[in-house]
Amino acid sequence: METTSPMSGIWLAIKRFFLLDLLEGLWVTFRAQRTSQIVTEQYPKERPKVAERYRGAPRLNINPENGETLCIGCDLCAKACPENLIVVGTVRNKETRRLDLTTFTYDLSRCMFCGLCEDACPVDALELTQDFEMASYSREGLIWDRQMLEEGPRPTHYKS
Amino acid sequence: MTSHLEGQELTLNMGPQHPSTHGVLRLVLKLEGERVKSVECVIGYLHRGVEKIGENRTYAQFAPYVDRMDYVSAVSNGLGYCLAVEHLIAVEAPARAQCVRIIFAELNRIASHLLWLGTHALDIGAMTALFYTMREREDVLKIFENYCGARLTTHAFRIGGLQYDLYEGFEAETRSFCESFKKRLDEYEKLLTKNPIWLERLKGVGVLSAEDCLAYGVSGPMIRASGVAWDLRKSNPYSGYGQYDFEVPTATSGDSYDRYLVRIEEMRQSIRIIEQGLERIPAGPILAKVPKVLKPAAGEVYISVEAPKGELGYYIVSDGSLHPYRVRVRPPSFINLATLEKIAVGALVADVVAIIGTIDIVLGEVDR
Repeated sequence: METTSPMSGIWLAIKRFFLLDLLEGLWVTFRAQRTSQIVTEQYPKERPKVAERYRGAPRLNINPENGETLCIGCDLCAKACPENLIVVGTVRNKETRRLDLTTFTYDLSRCMFCGLCEDACPVDALELTQDFEMASYSREGLIWDRQMLEEGPRPTHYKS
Repeated sequence: MTSHLEGQELTLNMGPQHPSTHGVLRLVLKLEGERVKSVECVIGYLHRGVEKIGENRTYAQFAPYVDRMDYVSAVSNGLGYCLAVEHLIAVEAPARAQCVRIIFAELNRIASHLLWLGTHALDIGAMTALFYTMREREDVLKIFENYCGARLTTHAFRIGGLQYDLYEGFEAETRSFCESFKKRLDEYEKLLTKNPIWLERLKGVGVLSAEDCLAYGVSGPMIRASGVAWDLRKSNPYSGYGQYDFEVPTATSGDSYDRYLVRIEEMRQSIRIIEQGLERIPAGPILAKVPKVLKPAAGEVYISVEAPKGELGYYIVSDGSLHPYRVRVRPPSFINLATLEKIAVGALVADVVAIIGTIDIVLGEVDR
């Protein structure tokens, strides 16, 4: 606790008069001027490296060997989605008796990137990727079809 | 001098787009000169009907929405909701999940308090603090991003435990953050705590007595600044908080300056909890056995957690179907904000800004 001796009273008065507490704060500000302490990112010239688990733009994975989709049309992602924004179109293949994927629509304008669809997918076909630039000039542009989901977004990269 | 002004009441609308009302809060101020005669809070500009949405979603589907109420402390919101549903289906999260949950909840408390400190200092006129607090908050958000893939609305926990296990390097990253953050906290204190302008603006402004706190149902740092050591982590330890050694900081006078001191000290205590948590992360499963289709038996539950802003409660009624029959949220900001109509009376207009700042509201949570 603060004592009330005359010396501390004088010290307090000096502190008041010369605004020492204020100067102490200014010193903190001054020390932060070092260039090594700059943390600002120069986006879009320098792109940030997002985390491996980042939940960004959705992608419908294809088998790299034969180019066929991994999706089995089970509709679990559509059922898991809180916003009901996934529509999976399938048709029963009479020969293999499996479901063949015909259309896959993903409405990004309503997506909140919660990752529940990704968790629900049993074959890792639907995935939220590290792409974070999904801006579009129209609302229709945010409704992604199967082709767009397989190719992914292609944002402009500016040269630094 | 003032005779011709007496009785002339001026009604002033502050907000909803005023930057220092921290969102879309509208205050109808009745002024006499520069003094506030009465305040009326007009809320609802950010109403999205979150509670109603909850009635139309399954239990698992509603979890991302609770992050969007108090969006600066999404982890605490998710923790409260998950605990409530777990209580409803009589499942307990595994020990590893509980420990990780506490670490993330405390990291989120730091992030929330940092955002508060920066914006509040900005309101008062100390702009520098904002840049530094944002810098440290970025470190916390980076840990969130590495862990669960999102920075703000994290959706980090699932009913019954966790979805993601800890990533490689989590401990080292969190430890180095704790180490550097202790020094940073001292820096903030150098900037603000003894700053004469800061003292002048906050001391004795917006005094709330302990009796009033109890009468209004105030919780969180606000009630602790008034001298009531009320903390749900101590009084009602959930998710294993009982095993951690930490103190509940309190102050005596209940003014804006004390609320600032309490929050600063709370960040120090959070660091203590995180460091203890890192020491003892147990091995084992992260997700308890939870049925794929959640159909809790008919019943109701009220679970509250100590969110950064105070007591955050979830009251969930189940009728045995896939969807909750009713989800009611007890938001701390809403109840803390109610005190404004009492403590702002007699203050100057500039002090109203300081008082709103130290109440620490998030309008997403007030309006829901």
